[in-house]
Amino acid sequence: MANVAVCVLGSLGYDRAAQGAAGAGRALAESLGGELHVLVIGPAGDEAIAALATVADRVVIGSNEALRDYQPEQALQAAEQLHAAGGGDYVAVLLSNDTYSQEIAPRLAHRLGGSSMADAAAIRMDGDHLLAQRTAYGGKAISIYRLKKQPAVVWLRARGFEPAPEQASPGDVTTVDLALDPPRIRITGREVAAQEGVRLEDAQVIVSGGRGLGGPEPFQELKKLADAIGAEQGASRAACDAGWVPPNWQVGQTGKKVAPELYIAIAISGASQHLLGMGDSKVVAAINTDADAPIFKHCSFGIVEDYKQVVPLLTDKLQAMTG
Amino acid sequence: MKVLVCLKQILDPDVPARDFQIDSAAKAARRGGANLVTNIFCENAVETALQFREAAGGDVKITALCYGESSAEDCLRKAMAMTVDEACLVERDGNTNPDAEAVGRVLAAAIQRLEQDGGPFDAVLVGRESGDWGVGQTGGLLAEELGRPALGFVESLQPGNGSVTLRRQTDVGIEVAEAEPPFLVTITNNEDNVPRIPKTRDVMMSYRKPLQKLSLADLELDSEEIRTGSSIFEVDEIFIPADEVECELAEGDTLDERVDQLARRIHEVVASIG
Repeated sequence: MANVAVCVLGSLGYDRAAQGAAGAGRALAESLGGELHVLVIGPAGDEAIAALATVADRVVIGSNEALRDYQPEQALQAAEQLHAAGGGDYVAVLLSNDTYSQEIAPRLAHRLGGSSMADAAAIRMDGDHLLAQRTAYGGKAISIYRLKKQPAVVWLRARGFEPAPEQASPGDVTTVDLALDPPRIRITGREVAAQEGVRLEDAQVIVSGGRGLGGPEPFQELKKLADAIGAEQGASRAACDAGWVPPNWQVGQTGKKVAPELYIAIAISGASQHLLGMGDSKVVAAINTDADAPIFKHCSFGIVEDYKQVVPLLTDKLQAMTG
Repeated sequence: MKVLVCLKQILDPDVPARDFQIDSAAKAARRGGANLVTNIFCENAVETALQFREAAGGDVKITALCYGESSAEDCLRKAMAMTVDEACLVERDGNTNPDAEAVGRVLAAAIQRLEQDGGPFDAVLVGRESGDWGVGQTGGLLAEELGRPALGFVESLQPGNGSVTLRRQTDVGIEVAEAEPPFLVTITNNEDNVPRIPKTRDVMMSYRKPLQKLSLADLELDSEEIRTGSSIFEVDEIFIPADEVECELAEGDTLDERVDQLARRIHEVVASIG
């Protein structure tokens, strides 16, 4: 059999990232003529399980009370046991790009004797090998890796993949009880960041500001623009490092990888590490004084003008248009 | 306590895109005029280890380990100038392949060799990813090679009561964890672990500190797949992406006309989302 597994954390539910991972898994399974299985680490809501069953040929839920709150050692052990419970002969095991999946992936690959890869934007089979495409050198290059061992355990830039299509009939859902060892590293506290609106990764429209703003105050002006079009706010590394806005606003190689329908880059020159974070945006618009700024090579439309002149006027016009 | 920090030497990632070129035969970046530097997250890891030693009242020995070419001695000297106690270089011969499992196996063998005398390192620190290939798999694979628990994206270590308290960044906020040594962490950056600038005196002292050199043969790892770095994956292709997008710049005689055009385009996209 040439089946594909997608591994999801029950606590995260069937969010857009999991939908994208399942979509990538379905496409790969179809190319192999195999099945798509979803391995669920820990308890998940009924709605999420029902949604997973509509897109998968088989759903295997790993049950153990200890999995209600994520602990890396136990989630890893659960993934390993679920892999065996699902059949254990997967060509690929795909994960999405939340922090937890990212840290599990290489260790799971090692335990399964497979190959690991991170942040894949595209995957396909070439004979027995999975090819994974991703950026290299901080976004200056694209590289395609040949994963030599099976299973290929890959975490994906999941929101960049189309959601999995519903199947004619729902897949089987089974629950297996897992035996887990007590963890030697235990997460004891969580300080969940105050989140206004939706997560940046899930935002449909993002208004981002960069070094060219020169300080924290202009972000208030950008907020008015963002509010006028229902956008979330982001920033470049320079703006975050300067302390103008919180670190969790950062879009880029070491920040968030976003995939909105529209990304508006204001006073952002477009360093490759920033482009890497916004690269999955469907449409990019730029406002910058420098016509030679790299951002203008990565946007669909823009204006060469000082943001101070543009943003208030633009906000007024958009408010009038959206009523 | 004993702490080990893994370092990687890379091409300076701040080379501007216009100077960046690919060596198609080697399937890697061409060095050109770029400097070789220590990967930033590895320097954050050194700084995090130094701050852990300071918080613990000084009784922590820090070792830096690198698998790299002879030029990587510079990274280890700099770490010692930042006041790391000792260093070890496992010499890598020429290949630039990013295969993270081969690297993990070399680092694991070197760590086990260094542990023969004084027992396990309480903590092994690895940068979360490198500024060249950026695959970010070495820490996790090394943890498995060593059979130790691990936590990713850690920004600080604090001495606790028989354990170590870790703070780490996740996409939903900060998490705090308790770790029983020995363990491994991958280190990310925050405003508090910016690498310190070595003092002149410490730079001079760094040349008096011990730097051990090992070969793959010393570690009994002299196999083809380790030497060439092709154990679990290889680079099949690498290219510089074309600037495909044609940017349509707002036109018009007045600022108002130009902004109006921009507003219409933005409104079009926003309205299509519904």
